[in-house]
Amino acid sequence: MASYRDSVMNSGPGTKPGTDHEVDAHHEHPSERTYIRIAIILAIITLIEVVIYYIEALSGVLVPMLVVLSAAKFVTVVGYFMHLKFDDRRLGWIFTGGLLVAFSVFIGLFVMQYFHQVVEFVGDIGRQI
Amino acid sequence: MAAQAPVLNAPQTHGVGPDAGHGHMDHPPTSTGIDHRKMLMWLFLASDCMFFGALIATYSIYRGRSEDVGVGPYPSELIDIPYTSVSAFVLLMSSLTMVLALAALQKNDIRGSRLWIFATAALGAVFLGGQYFEFTEFYHEGLSLQTNMFGSTFFTVTGFHGLHVLIGVIWLVTLLFVSLRGGLRQDDSLDLEIAGLYWHFVDIVWIVIFTLIYLIPYGEAHSEEGGEHALRLLHLGAAIIPGL
Repeated sequence: MASYRDSVMNSGPGTKPGTDHEVDAHHEHPSERTYIRIAIILAIITLIEVVIYYIEALSGVLVPMLVVLSAAKFVTVVGYFMHLKFDDRRLGWIFTGGLLVAFSVFIGLFVMQYFHQVVEFVGDIGRQI
Repeated sequence: MAAQAPVLNAPQTHGVGPDAGHGHMDHPPTSTGIDHRKMLMWLFLASDCMFFGALIATYSIYRGRSEDVGVGPYPSELIDIPYTSVSAFVLLMSSLTMVLALAALQKNDIRGSRLWIFATAALGAVFLGGQYFEFTEFYHEGLSLQTNMFGSTFFTVTGFHGLHVLIGVIWLVTLLFVSLRGGLRQDDSLDLEIAGLYWHFVDIVWIVIFTLIYLIPYGEAHSEEGGEHALRLLHLGAAIIPGL
């Protein structure tokens, strides 16, 4: 009886059983040059984040700018360095699911916090009446 | 059991997605067509998102409480942006060395992969050293886990991230030793890719932490006004809850 490994070994010509090459036959990873370009872009974004932190004139829009820049870095690392852009879509769904739950926790806590302040506000009005 | 045999003995192709119906026999023989270890790592990373999501959300709702209550030292007095920026840069570059290690191994460049794995672990160790120095500095300035809400949440979030980095460094050093003993070859590149996924995740968590904890400015410390604000909240609470 053929073993599990044997069946994998015979899975087809040109494959390397039990390795990522099987998956990556259809999902080519970027070249080293692309990785270096991505890293340079990420470093530049980080530099921009730090520079705008010190620019007084941008203080009004600092937080949205930082959120956008860090989101860009996040997506770039996940897409290129973690190969999610090139990998099976289902892996992306798994990770996005985790992110959505995390974001929901974030939103939920903020809603509770806001709700608490509303209760305080209503109580304050009741006391004045 | 007989019904499962074909699943185990026959290589699977994607039933859905862009590769469906191509008939290529070049995917691992799993029910999903995705290597189980890789799938498991992504599931773990998704769960770790929830873990850090909870920590970061908790940090966010307590952000600025130290100033409100008037118990220092405050983040605006402690945080050193240039210093932390270098740490962020170091961790970012470690992600580059990690993908270069994987690319080298996939090209059967074993020496190159060892070099980049070592570089990644070294950069991770530099980051950890920087974090240790930062923690020590903060502690000498009077900030501890018990001092105020900033201390509690800051050390918890960054401490757990540091623990993840430490685990990553240990993992990479282990892989380096395995490689030096000849156990990490081109055929084993998935082992390195999975370690790389973990390492990049640690990097993206730091991207969020760096922005949220360090770069988004804190309000100025105002102990008297903060104290008054806290007292007002207490009075409000007493008015709302009878018998307090």
